[in-house]
Amino acid sequence: MLSFIGRSIVQKMITLFFVSVISFLIIHLAPGEPSQVDPLNPKFTPEIVERFRKEFHLDKPLYVQYLFFYRGLLSGRTVSWKDNQPVLAKMWERFLNSLPLFIVGTIITWTLSFPIGIRSAIFRGGIFDRSATFFSYFLISIPGFFFAYILIIFVVTRFQVPVIGMQTFGLSDASTVRILMDRVWHLLLPSMLGATGGIAILSRYVRSQMLEVEGQDYVRTAKAKGLSWEQVHYKHALRNALLPFVTMFGLILPGLIGGSVIIESIFSWPGMGRMAYEAILARDYPIILTVNFISAVLVLLGTFISDVLYLVVDPRIRL
Amino acid sequence: MTKFQPHSESSSEAPPAPRRTQGQEFWRLFKKNRLALAGLAIFLIFFIIAVAGLSVTSGTRPYFDPALVRLPEKLRPPLSRPNLEVLIPGEMPPLGMYVFGTDDLGRDVFSRMLQGAWVSLTVGFVAVGIAVFVGILLGGIAGYYGQTSITINHIFLFCLMLGGASAFAFGSLFPGVILLIAAIAFLYRSARSGKPAKPSLALAWLQKGATSVDTLIMRFVDIMLCFPSFFLILTVVALLPASIYNIMIVIGLTSWMGTTRFVRAEFLSLREQDFVTAAKALGVGDRRIIFRHMIPNAVAPVLVSATIGIAGAILTEAGLSFLGFGVPPPYATWGNILSDGKRFIFDAPWLTFIPGFAILIVVLSFNLFGEGLRDILNPKLRERY
Repeated sequence: MLSFIGRSIVQKMITLFFVSVISFLIIHLAPGEPSQVDPLNPKFTPEIVERFRKEFHLDKPLYVQYLFFYRGLLSGRTVSWKDNQPVLAKMWERFLNSLPLFIVGTIITWTLSFPIGIRSAIFRGGIFDRSATFFSYFLISIPGFFFAYILIIFVVTRFQVPVIGMQTFGLSDASTVRILMDRVWHLLLPSMLGATGGIAILSRYVRSQMLEVEGQDYVRTAKAKGLSWEQVHYKHALRNALLPFVTMFGLILPGLIGGSVIIESIFSWPGMGRMAYEAILARDYPIILTVNFISAVLVLLGTFISDVLYLVVDPRIRL
Repeated sequence: MTKFQPHSESSSEAPPAPRRTQGQEFWRLFKKNRLALAGLAIFLIFFIIAVAGLSVTSGTRPYFDPALVRLPEKLRPPLSRPNLEVLIPGEMPPLGMYVFGTDDLGRDVFSRMLQGAWVSLTVGFVAVGIAVFVGILLGGIAGYYGQTSITINHIFLFCLMLGGASAFAFGSLFPGVILLIAAIAFLYRSARSGKPAKPSLALAWLQKGATSVDTLIMRFVDIMLCFPSFFLILTVVALLPASIYNIMIVIGLTSWMGTTRFVRAEFLSLREQDFVTAAKALGVGDRRIIFRHMIPNAVAPVLVSATIGIAGAILTEAGLSFLGFGVPPPYATWGNILSDGKRFIFDAPWLTFIPGFAILIVVLSFNLFGEGLRDILNPKLRERY
C-alpha cells in the first residue's frame, strides 16, 4: 500500500513536469508574440514593447523563461501580463464564483442519474429504459450553446425572470427573499447546462453497472429464495453495483477548474472558464499556463484519490 | 463473428461452410437495432447533402451563393417570398423563396447551411482520421513491440539528435552540425558492431535497459490526458492563424489517446493468441502479422470510438466557431451561423434554431450509429438485446 502510494506520487510528479514543459512549449512556440497582441494601438511604440519584453523576461532564451515562470508560480509571485494582478489571487476570486455552479451541477448530476440508471436497468428493454437511452443520447449530442439558448428563451418568456449574469443589477434594496430567489434563478440554468452531459454519461454508466450485477448468480439466488422486490434490487444488487462510483468522487475533481468556457461566456458568469477565455484572447500567458498547470494537478490528484479509494473499498485488490 | 458448425465425428466430408457470411450476419443484427439504422440513414443523407452542398455553393458563380448580401431583404423568416421590387435579377434566391430565411445581412441561410455542412463533415472525418492514425500507430507499437527495452544508449542518441536539431533550428549552426554528426557516427558505430558478445565494462551500463517502449508511450498518453482538452484546443486554435486545417489538425492531435489505449489492449491480447503464434511459426514477417492478422481483428473498438469521435469533433468545431475561433468569417459554418444569429434570438429565432437542430441531428445520428456498432461488434453484449 505505502509502496504503491510512493511509486504513484513519484510517477505523477514526473508526469506533471512533462505537462508543464509541453504546455510551456506549446504556448511559446506558437506563432506571434504577446507583445504584438495589439499592433494597431498607437501606445505600443517599439520602446514600450522592448520594455514589456524585458519586464517579463521575454528576451531571454526559452529555458530561462521556463525556470522564471515556474519559480514565480510556485512561490505565488506570478503576475498577469494584462493588469499586473497576482495570478493566484485572481484565480481564487474567479474560482469562488465558479464553485456554486460546480456544486449545484454535481448535485443535480448525481441525484438524477442514479434513479434513472437504476430504473432503466431493472426494467431493461421497457419503455422507460428505451426513452431514457434515447434521451441520454440526445443530451450528449445537443450542443451546449444551443441548449442554453433554448432554455433561456423558455425561462425568460415563461417565468419572466432574468438569467444572464450572477445577479440582477440594482436589486440591493429588495427584500432578502427576493435577492435569494434571484440568485437561485441565475444559478439554476448554467448549472443545469453544466450537468446535462454528466447526467447522460453517468446514468448510462449506472445502468450498465447495475445490469452487470443483476446478471450475477447471487441476485438470482436472492430472487429464488423469495426476497421482496426492494431487497433484491436495492440491497443485493445496488450495493454491489455502487463500488465503481465511490472511486468517481476522485474523478470529478478536475471539473472544479474546468468551468465550461462556453456556458460561462453565454451567461456572462465571471468564473474560471471565462477568465481562461479572456486570457486566451489577451494572450495573457501566465494565466493560460497557470490554468493548465492547476487543472493537470487536479487531474493527477483525482486519479490518485480514485486509485486509493479503490484500494480501500475493494478488498479483492491487493498490491 | 461467423458461427462455424461444429465438426461432426461421423461425417468425413469437409466442414460445411458457415451459413451466412460475416457481412450478412452483421446486416441481420444491424437491421434489428432501429436507432442505429436511423443513425446510419441520417448520416448517409447528411453525407450526400454535404457533398452536393459543396458543389452548388463553390466556384466563381455558384448556384446557391452563400456570400451574396441583399441588404433590403434582411431577417426574412423561412419560406418567405423574395421582395421582387428591391432585388436585381442576379440576386434572386434560386428556389424562388428563402427556404430557411435570411440573416442580418440578407444572406440566404439555406445556402449558408449547405456550405457549413461540408465544413462539419470534413472537420469530423479528417480530425478523427488523424486521431485514429496516430492512435493505431502508437497503440500498435506499444502493444506489439512494447516489451522491447530502451537502453541508455538509445536515450543518449535521442538526446544528441534532439539537441542537434534544436540547435540547428534556433540558428546556432555550428554546434548543431557537430551534434548531428556525432549522433550519426554513434548510430553508425552501433549498427556496425551489432551485438558484441562481451561489451567492455565501461560500455556495459550503456546496454542496460532503462525503460520499455510500452511504458514510454503509455506515460505519454497519461501526460496528454492531463490537459483540459477543450481549453487546450481553444488555446492552440487562438494562437495559430485561423484556418480550417489548423482546427482539424489540433482536434485530431488532442483526441488520439483513447484509440491508443484500445489498440494497445487489443494487441496485447491478440499477440498471445494461437493464430499469431502459428503465423510466427510459419515465418511470417512482423509487418504482415501486424497488418494482415492483427489490425483486422483489432479494428472493431477503433471503429466504434471513431464514429463517436466524429460526433465529438463536430461538436467541438461548432463550439469553436461559436466562440469566434473557427473558420474565418466569409465562410459559413453551422457554429458561426448560430453565433451570428444569437443577437437576434427573439426577432429571428430561425437563425438559432436551424443550425442548432442541424448540429443536434447530425451529432445524434453519429452517436446512435456508433453505439449500435458497439452492440453489434461486441459478441458479449449481443446476447443481452
